[in-house]
Amino acid sequence: MTQENAGPEKGELILRLRGVGKQFGAVTALEDIELDVHAGEVVALVGDNGAGKSTLVKVLAGVHQPTSGTIEYFGKQVLLDTPAAALEMGIATVFQDLALCENLDVVANLFLGHEISPWRMDEVQMEVRAWTLLQELAARIPSVREPIASLSGGQRQTVAIARSLLLDPHIIMLDEPTAALGVAQTAEVLNLIERVRDRGHGVILISHNMEDVRAVADRIVVLRLGKNNGVFTAETSHQELVSAITGASENSVSRRAARKLEEVGEDQ
Amino acid sequence: MTQNTQKTTPPPQLDRADARVRHDAGLAGALRGFVDQIRSGDLGMLPVVLGLLLISVVFSTLNPIFLAPNNLVNLLFDAAAVGLIALGVVCVLLLGEIDLSIGSMSGLASAMTGVLWVNSGVPLPITIIAVMLTGALVGLLFGFLRNKFEMPSFVATLAGLLALLGLQLYILGPTGSINMPFSSPLVRFGQILIMPAWVSYFVAIIPGALIVYGSMRTNQRRSAANLSSGGMSVAVAKAAILTVALIFAVFYLEQGRGVPWMFGVFVLFVVFLNYALTRTKWGRSMFAVGGNAEAARRSGINVQRIRLSAFVVCSTFAALGGVFAAARLASASQQAGTGDVNLNAIAAAVIGGTSLFGGRGSAWSALLGVLVIMAISNGLTLLNLSSSLRYMITGAVLAIAVIVDSLARRSRASHGRA
Repeated sequence: MTQENAGPEKGELILRLRGVGKQFGAVTALEDIELDVHAGEVVALVGDNGAGKSTLVKVLAGVHQPTSGTIEYFGKQVLLDTPAAALEMGIATVFQDLALCENLDVVANLFLGHEISPWRMDEVQMEVRAWTLLQELAARIPSVREPIASLSGGQRQTVAIARSLLLDPHIIMLDEPTAALGVAQTAEVLNLIERVRDRGHGVILISHNMEDVRAVADRIVVLRLGKNNGVFTAETSHQELVSAITGASENSVSRRAARKLEEVGEDQ
Repeated sequence: MTQNTQKTTPPPQLDRADARVRHDAGLAGALRGFVDQIRSGDLGMLPVVLGLLLISVVFSTLNPIFLAPNNLVNLLFDAAAVGLIALGVVCVLLLGEIDLSIGSMSGLASAMTGVLWVNSGVPLPITIIAVMLTGALVGLLFGFLRNKFEMPSFVATLAGLLALLGLQLYILGPTGSINMPFSSPLVRFGQILIMPAWVSYFVAIIPGALIVYGSMRTNQRRSAANLSSGGMSVAVAKAAILTVALIFAVFYLEQGRGVPWMFGVFVLFVVFLNYALTRTKWGRSMFAVGGNAEAARRSGINVQRIRLSAFVVCSTFAALGGVFAAARLASASQQAGTGDVNLNAIAAAVIGGTSLFGGRGSAWSALLGVLVIMAISNGLTLLNLSSSLRYMITGAVLAIAVIVDSLARRSRASHGRA
């Protein structure tokens, strides 16, 4: 599967959104969004609840159609009208709830819907490809013949990410991949994201966790109330990011921090 | 990753690179894996085997005729029709759906056989094809109701139960029963035709041979692909046990009349469905939809089409089962398909190990389950018990089977097996 991946050069512009908007009736969910994704880079998409992150993901996954704006893919304007179209074009999505079949084993889940030779499934070849892929990601899966139910949360996340890579997409979108994970498992998933990036895929990471975002993101795109609210890098200070997300330097986070500071001052 | 326990093959095998997993190898390993599996609630065929042993002991002490070769031959004749219906039930249960109309469907099928073939003189093959097409059509309707109106299959097929029963009574007309000529091939198939001894013995050897050949091929391909291969000891042991058991069974039945063709045809369908469920994309999709329909949908599986196919397969098998039942009884009557046929077929699938909750099961469960159900029913008949008692006992057995299924499911969940 790596051989086919001779596609984009590292740093080449894959996806380019210009002026994308989405309206649900009277509600404007997205307005005039700009977003670039290059090969071999991690773009984090952050924002408060209701900022439009999920809507943007759904537009890119082909679930929703944008009401305005253009989506360019390798310089050509494209129409993402179904999830299948997005997948075929090379945009894979790992949804927050993973969507794995717990009663099937790892190999079956990886190849679900894309089995090799449908009338006489080639289990050996599928297992070989499963191991190859998992080892490329340095994934720690004890056995690919165990049902998913026996795996931990982090291992399931790994399987879900591996499955999205199976069709060799150019871009992979991860919706809150670390939300339900412990400390060690979060670190594993972040390592995984870096490995996916190093393989030359573009990664879009949606997360509420600023620490995770700053740990792996090359660029941080902030959405606020359905609009772009700045592009930052991992070096940006926490305060700056928070104020971009909440829309003011004077916000509940800063007020809380100030109050804590005062309390500490009074104690001394 | 290279300091591996595998000394014979310098590069580590793809699936043996992780040292944390115990890999059961050889006969002892297979046994250990089996015990682990049972403990975690993955009971497989164990309840059926134990159940059959218990039933044989109880009934043969009460009435020695139970184990007489000719009684067992009769049992196999009886088992084929309900077994075919149970085979279809396995398909809908795999999706976590249910079909309660199978009894009525089989009754309608036997009535159609009587009306078309005996009364109207339509050639037998065309009659059977027409009956099966009717079954497929009914299945399409149930699938359509489930897909388009999200009607629970429980309700849709309950309505189907009544409607199909009505149709059966309608086409039988006022006479209510049609007798089939005893010399006809259909009735001979259902009552007399027995495989020649050499065919039976030959068929008894095939499964063992296939196991050995299949595992040889798999091992070759796996080692060629740098995967671990389990070795032949387990396969050979399995094949040996199976072959000895089958040959003994055939030998014992040959002391009586022999193995009925009807049962042979049923087993052929079981083998066919087993292949479809385990080796094709369709089968994999069935398990996926039964396990997590939303995940299956996002993987690009057409969930609605899979559901439709399951209902079609179920009703078609029920129709064919109805033809078999008519052949067995040499008549099509108002009673065909009523009474305990529905419950027997569903009970057979569940007792054989197909879960009511979807996502788990196999075609073999229909074969094994129907043997248990038919053994109970046959034993109770030999004891001259009235049908009132038979119904109560069969109901209790079904309840126990569902309890076992439910407990096993809970245990699997706590042991991290779906």
